[in-house]
Amino acid sequence: MNRVNAVVVGAGAGGGIVAKELAVAGLSVVLLERGKWYTAADCRKDDLRNQRNTQLGNAFGPEDEGNPRVWVDTKGVAHTVVASEGAYSNNAACVGGGSLSWGAQAWRFMPQDFRMRSTYGAPAGSSLEDWPISYDDLEPFYDKAEYEIGVSGDYSGTPFHAPRKRPLPMPPLPPNREFGILEPAAKRLGLHPLHIPMARNSVPYNGRGPCMRCRWCVGFVCEVDAKNGSQNTVIPVALNTGNCELRTECQAKEILTDERGRARGVSYFDERGRLQEQLSDLVIVSACATESARLLLNSRSKLYPDGIGNRYDLVGRNLQGHYYSGAMGFFEDETYDDLGPGASIAVADYNHGTPGLVGGGMLANEFIRLPIQMVDRMPQGTPRWGLGHKQAMRRYYKRNIAVMGPTQQIPMADARVTLDPNVRDKFGIPVVRISGNVHPHTFEIGAMQARRAEAWLKEAGAIATELTGGRPEVVQAGQHQAGTCRMGNDPRSSVVDRTCRVHDVDNVFVIDSSVHVNNGGFNPALTIMAIAYYASDALVKGWKGGGYRG
Amino acid sequence: MDEEGKSQGVTRRQFVVVGTMGGAALAAGSGSKASGDWEFFTDAQARTLKAICDQLIPRDDYPSASEAGVLNYIDRQLVRHYRPHQDAYRDGLEHAEAQSRKRFGKEIAELAAADQRAAVTDLERDHHAFFEMVRNHTLEGYYGSPRHGGNRDELSWKMLGLDDPPLLGRAQYDLTPNAPREPQR
Repeated sequence: MNRVNAVVVGAGAGGGIVAKELAVAGLSVVLLERGKWYTAADCRKDDLRNQRNTQLGNAFGPEDEGNPRVWVDTKGVAHTVVASEGAYSNNAACVGGGSLSWGAQAWRFMPQDFRMRSTYGAPAGSSLEDWPISYDDLEPFYDKAEYEIGVSGDYSGTPFHAPRKRPLPMPPLPPNREFGILEPAAKRLGLHPLHIPMARNSVPYNGRGPCMRCRWCVGFVCEVDAKNGSQNTVIPVALNTGNCELRTECQAKEILTDERGRARGVSYFDERGRLQEQLSDLVIVSACATESARLLLNSRSKLYPDGIGNRYDLVGRNLQGHYYSGAMGFFEDETYDDLGPGASIAVADYNHGTPGLVGGGMLANEFIRLPIQMVDRMPQGTPRWGLGHKQAMRRYYKRNIAVMGPTQQIPMADARVTLDPNVRDKFGIPVVRISGNVHPHTFEIGAMQARRAEAWLKEAGAIATELTGGRPEVVQAGQHQAGTCRMGNDPRSSVVDRTCRVHDVDNVFVIDSSVHVNNGGFNPALTIMAIAYYASDALVKGWKGGGYRG
Repeated sequence: MDEEGKSQGVTRRQFVVVGTMGGAALAAGSGSKASGDWEFFTDAQARTLKAICDQLIPRDDYPSASEAGVLNYIDRQLVRHYRPHQDAYRDGLEHAEAQSRKRFGKEIAELAAADQRAAVTDLERDHHAFFEMVRNHTLEGYYGSPRHGGNRDELSWKMLGLDDPPLLGRAQYDLTPNAPREPQR
């Protein structure tokens, strides 16, 4: 195989953008993706097999067979788990990664989210830190992500958002019924509701049509290609340059290094299971927090006996995601109007500034709940089976609103990804082992958020409410997974520098949610995208042809 | 494309997947002696499960679990994605029958409705993991997508008042400039 300028491992939200930015700048790029490339025709509307409801498996990878992980519970017992189980902490394995089947909430973090330790101090037992970059560093790249990926919404209703230079490129979708019920209630409570920013076409944009407002949205690939991810925006642009080759169903094995410790390429198993080597000047790891850590840890050599970037035992630590909490409200009148995506209104009033809480979180109404998603969400006291359950489904299916949100997760060094010493995947590569717990303050934030959600629903007229969340003793990584290759200025407390370059290998970069120092009180995807544009910008500026002199 | 999303259509890829997995189940010698129309169950097992499922979701103005195809759903999944649960079903159904014979002197399917309910309550208390599995699978077969053999004719979705199918690609909004942004329905 011909040597190329860059190998990008992972064609998700981060890797897709990096591949495009490098290819447009004239670098030759090979984009490796372990999954397949799905299209609108793969929507399938299968509520038992998609990326959110996985009773019959993941629709967009990985397959249950051949891709195990090990999850260690809080008692220290190790369980081998398959990809459709919750403890696996799966995101996706496909072109587009999580941005293929996501709900597409496209939030910017707030300036305080980059200064958590300075703002609040680190709670005992946590590894809360400041980022080495600020919101201002990322602002131009948030803007670029919003315009290149395509985001609709409207921030004008709230002062609770980060400074921005121009409005979103698309107006919000017209409000659904839940919006109409929740908006006046929020205002009566003194809150500042806004139309959720969504990477979803509300009007024709980027050569594709608008959302048709069906109910099969979060967890599915969009049937009319109106939901925006890297697979239908930046990756096609990358391929059209002629400088980027996308290789699907290729599982990276390790980063290859030379005797001086610089990366010389990536070895991977191709779509027919053959071991291949792709040599390159640069290696960019964009495989998501769990799998990026795994690849670095699996890249062992004489110079890097514990894996690349892992001199101080930091790769894989600070694994985090989002603890979701909120409330269900049940109503006398119908709340359901069958207008997807369902999630429409949010408040960001509670993200920062509550005395006694380290951050907070955004609260939003939920995406459309398909019938199977409601069977265990009936009001308290409802029988779990029999006529009583069936009647409750009829009574409440169209008469409920769920309000919830991602709480700022307090990171902990012991919540981590390591390599399992025994279990291997179908290629014989050691697999991800997840261990650790949730910081208790995360639950305290979540409990407050649940009460706030309940108050909003009651103000909106709910006749019964129920808090959701609980205290699940399992690291909340999953689709919002982040943190395993922390960004920082000090090599002894971080894995990559402020340009996403691994501290001790000058041509290896990690560009995905792994570098998040914390994960904000918002869905993290737009931040992943902004960081990908930001890091690509530095990479291209430092590119001197045939080598990197950053 | 929408048509293939409905219960009957089988795409080439589905066919290949089904064929492969069916073959794998046979090759593995699952030991299932399916009878009649079933891929996994014996008729006796199906009779027991039908009685249990129809207590979990009984008939009222709307169909019961078995009338909506729940057994068909579970049977199909037990030789596909739920293959790992085959033993749990065999053992659990046997246990349920043993318990019923001990308490009522009859098999569950022959009991009056109130006694069937009591038998399922026993199961929930004494054989909880099996009960939970059957409950969850029954709800999936009743409220889930018809493509997997349950929820016949989308009966449960109709019961809940969900219109289906939405018109593929319909524009619910007039996108001409200055048009009122209200759904056109």
